[in-house]
Amino acid sequence: MEHGSFTNEREGTFTLAEEDHTLANAVRFMLNQDPRVTLAGYSIPHPSLECVNIRVQTTGDPAREVLKDACQELMIMNRHVRSVFDKAVAEFKAEQEQKKQREIDSMDIETH
Amino acid sequence: MANEVEEEEMKRIVTETEKTFAKNFNIFDLPDVAPGLPPHLELQRTRVFCKNDAPIHTTSVSYSGAYNAVGENNSVKLESFSENFRVEVISTSPDGMELEFDMIGIDAAIANAFRRILLAEVPTMAIEKVFVANNTSIVQDEVLAHRMGLIPIVANPRIFEYLSENDQPNEKNTIVFKLHAKCAKGEVRRKVLTNELIWLPNGSELVKESGVSTSKPKTFTSFCRSQDSFPEFADNPIAPSYPDILIAKLGPGQEIELEAHAVKGIGKTHAKWSPVATAWYRMLPEVILQKEFEGEQAQKLVRACPAKVFDIEDMGNGRKRTKVARPRDCTLCRECLREEFGEPKPKAKGEDKSKREWIDNVALRRVKNHFIFKIESTGSLPPDVLFTEAVKILEDKCERVIADLS
Ligand code: SF4
Repeated sequence: MEHGSFTNEREGTFTLAEEDHTLANAVRFMLNQDPRVTLAGYSIPHPSLECVNIRVQTTGDPAREVLKDACQELMIMNRHVRSVFDKAVAEFKAEQEQKKQREIDSMDIETH
Repeated sequence: MANEVEEEEMKRIVTETEKTFAKNFNIFDLPDVAPGLPPHLELQRTRVFCKNDAPIHTTSVSYSGAYNAVGENNSVKLESFSENFRVEVISTSPDGMELEFDMIGIDAAIANAFRRILLAEVPTMAIEKVFVANNTSIVQDEVLAHRMGLIPIVANPRIFEYLSENDQPNEKNTIVFKLHAKCAKGEVRRKVLTNELIWLPNGSELVKESGVSTSKPKTFTSFCRSQDSFPEFADNPIAPSYPDILIAKLGPGQEIELEAHAVKGIGKTHAKWSPVATAWYRMLPEVILQKEFEGEQAQKLVRACPAKVFDIEDMGNGRKRTKVARPRDCTLCRECLREEFGEPKPKAKGEDKSKREWIDNVALRRVKNHFIFKIESTGSLPPDVLFTEAVKILEDKCERVIADLS
């Protein structure tokens, strides 16, 4: 990873090695959601290079910090997604179990 | 001179209270200005419109200040995300290897990241090296090796380590299978299926020929202990996820004898490591009738839809109308937007205006933040575990970037 600009804290290009659209697009979305950001975008310089450039320009805060915050928020979001998903799956499985149990019960009644 | 006079007048006219009022004035505080975005903008923000030639308003508006001019903040705050995000599991397949669920309240950028990670970055075990001792079948060695690579294997990849270039293959990074199939002379042609692959928990049995004969013959792996002794594999042995995948066909007198070494990898390197047959999502369809379709027209609309989205509803006293019963089944074929459907060809001139009405009164939309997600696992891990793994991988990526930036 390298910092593209040393002259101006407010803007910078960050090169993430071994990343692609997967992370870059998600981070760009998070950056755009931040009111401190005036411009955020990413590009892949060449399809056979394994890196992305993320461009961040802000209203005044250091671009590096804003990018860091965006990643932080994305991470928190992911944690939340994971917990909600796990809960939903657990609920579904419990429900499925119950249904099965009820079917067995009703079959018992029929045979008796 | 004239300017001065005007300024004088201005001073007299604008009083102090008026000034403070003007400073604090905000049009959106007025009681009859509705809060939120105007309805048409809100619709464009949250829906894709599927017109009969092409969809419009397809992008999501991600810039936080996009609606500043109308006094709306477009950014998703973490709190509101946490409040609104929902997951609903819809169904699983009987074998538990397919999962369909709804993910509501998330942007496509992040949903797509999950999908891409599922396809290309969740690790699994797959056959990487094939040592062919004998192959007289018509399938060439390299083709056979490729086919072997694509066989999905049931083994929890989280237990294993990656085999890097300088590593010795050992019990922590390699799974060894043996295959010895033969079709005797005079027998009929037979199939070789994946159930003939035999797992060797003690590692390779092929003896390396190089080197002088030492006390212990050297093989292609160096296992310290048997994989049998791993608690995870003690009572569910490692095997291909399906016993009936065709590997090759053998004619009379043909034989295959080989050893296959499976290692950990990700789909980015080669698709054989992809843990899913497919993982995909679609946005929730929304079908809206903007006028009532009655009688003959109602029948026609119901018949037009191949996905059976519409039903006939009784309104009492003999009147019937169309209702949207199953919008989720809509495939967006846009058949219901075709004006000439079920009608005789319109005359060149004096075209029937009522046909145009049909198109204009059915609205096909997609909800931009409601994803119907489907994961079909190849069998190495159940789909719900795969999804959690995918989310974890995205988390790790963020963490790495943060660490690099600090
Ligand atoms: S687009 Fe096709 S599937 Fe959807 S409602 Fe219209 S006719 Fe039915």
